[in-house]
Amino acid sequence: MSGILTALAAVVLGPLATFALYYLMNLLVNLIPSQKVRKALSPYVFISPVLVLIGALLVYPTIQTMIFAFMNADSTEFVGFRNFTKLFADPNFIRTIENNLLWVAVVPLVTVVLGLLIATLTDKLGPIRERVFKSIIFMPMAISFVAASSVWRLSYSWNSNGGQIGILNAIVQAFGGKPTPWLQNETLSINSLLIMVVVVWANAGFAMTLLSAAIKAVPEETVEAASIDGATGAQAFFQVVLPQIWGTAVSVFITVLISTMKIFDVIWGMTGGNFHTNVLGVDFFLEYFVYNNTGKASAVVLLLMIAIIPIMVYQVRTYRKQEQIR
Amino acid sequence: MKNNAFLNKLRGWRLGATITMLVVVIIWALPTVGLLVTAFRDRNSSISTGWWTAILDPFHTNWTTEAFKTVFDPKYWDIGTSFMNTIAVSVPATILPITFAAFAAYGFTFLDFKGREAWFSLIIGLMVVPMQAAIVAVLQMFVAIDQWLTTIPGNEYGDFHLSGEYPAGWIVHSAFAMPLAVYILRNYMMTLPSALIEAARIDGASHFQIFWRLIIPMSVPALASFAIFQFLWVWNDYFVAFMFVGNHNVLTYTILSMLGQHGEGWQVVMAGSLISVLVPLTVFFALQRYFVRGLTAGSVK
Repeated sequence: MSGILTALAAVVLGPLATFALYYLMNLLVNLIPSQKVRKALSPYVFISPVLVLIGALLVYPTIQTMIFAFMNADSTEFVGFRNFTKLFADPNFIRTIENNLLWVAVVPLVTVVLGLLIATLTDKLGPIRERVFKSIIFMPMAISFVAASSVWRLSYSWNSNGGQIGILNAIVQAFGGKPTPWLQNETLSINSLLIMVVVVWANAGFAMTLLSAAIKAVPEETVEAASIDGATGAQAFFQVVLPQIWGTAVSVFITVLISTMKIFDVIWGMTGGNFHTNVLGVDFFLEYFVYNNTGKASAVVLLLMIAIIPIMVYQVRTYRKQEQIR
Repeated sequence: MKNNAFLNKLRGWRLGATITMLVVVIIWALPTVGLLVTAFRDRNSSISTGWWTAILDPFHTNWTTEAFKTVFDPKYWDIGTSFMNTIAVSVPATILPITFAAFAAYGFTFLDFKGREAWFSLIIGLMVVPMQAAIVAVLQMFVAIDQWLTTIPGNEYGDFHLSGEYPAGWIVHSAFAMPLAVYILRNYMMTLPSALIEAARIDGASHFQIFWRLIIPMSVPALASFAIFQFLWVWNDYFVAFMFVGNHNVLTYTILSMLGQHGEGWQVVMAGSLISVLVPLTVFFALQRYFVRGLTAGSVK
């Protein structure tokens, strides 16, 4: 109960204190006699608290982590590249990286293609059917990955004696197959692929929503013109609609790609990274909280960061390009 | 004649699309239906038969709210407390970042200053930095702050501390949400008519007055979109809560513990999960329009 009271106080006092902070800063800046200095400083009244917050809790810690990656388990001495050589000498870690690559290769692409398929199929169904279908597809987005894990672990569950309570094994059994503990099945990374199904299930609605908005923005005339010229439905889709929604498809792809690279909750909830389903996000967690090795944990994160840098550059570039158009 | 054939083709297409979508939607809904059904079954049936048998034969199923009693029992899972704790984390962690981000977004949109583009590029770049990158150092920073707090007279034993408490979660959630929040709000403010702001300037209004009286009221849709987005994010978060608010079990934490001990039956895990999804699903269905708009505006996180 005291938690709620603290929260209530924070909700009331927080914004008030924030506003008071800005107001005071504004007052102070206005006291400065030189108009030139005042004018130069006044924008910082608005942006400096955020810059301080970002600097202290994002930029500085990230740099710190990069330094920790070259230090020992309790960050007391520098060890050069030892954390990295240790990581790469471990076959389990190589498997972790392979898993990450598999995730990155499968999830973003499948999510975008599926989202596009659903968006296209629902587009001409009339408002009621479209809304109902879309809401159901979209709903998993509101559910936490932890809750999703519990639901899907039930779906994949396996009973050693007889009656299957997991729907996947029940279906397998109905078709005459032999039920197996799916999440422990490492052949062809089938357990990782099944966890990916959960993420696609959760993210397809996101892809669908954005792509559907893009499809609706495609001018009717362009599609009509194509069909008058004798294009089939498929031709019209691939040569007229797809190029016009390409930008959206790419941005959805990138968004899902980023979240896939650092995926954690769902694997933690489904297998805890066991049975060779480990990825970098989970490995970081294990290194830091289970093995108490700050150096190795930071090294894992640094590798993740390096993988993300190209996407970061791409994002900033795209933003710059958009600004020029404006 | 030709027109008629076209209409028939269109009808055929619509029928095919409807059937395909029905199949997709059923697959999509199955896990959630399983959750709903299992939560109301008794232990024996939930560990021996599939949940679909309960739907296929609803009148011979022993429907019970037994699992909810277990889940709410203060001596057991005490999910009521977890629920309150989750609210205590989520609500301030939604409101605080919005207040800060709104000010910054105003600065980035309507004020001209040197290095504006560079600062903003930094914010865009930070949007993709994984949380894991900052976590280790932030944890240590909070420990250092707690150490320093013990030097305050009367707090020698560190009763007053940051690590593991709600404010730690609020601060971390606010900081991590900031880049996206500033980005979404700024993008929205760019679409507001700048002539209006110039007119207010000429009439002698200060930036503060313009911000408070003009920009905030006009930005309500964007503020709402971000609020919903952030609220769902924090409510569903496990990572930050586990690391920074460890002294108070949130829902995701409790459910994960239940999942670790599902020997007592799936009905308990499902009842807990059902309680955890009630709030996000209500928010989601009630405010879907705003949520979708928020997604469209800031498809980056």
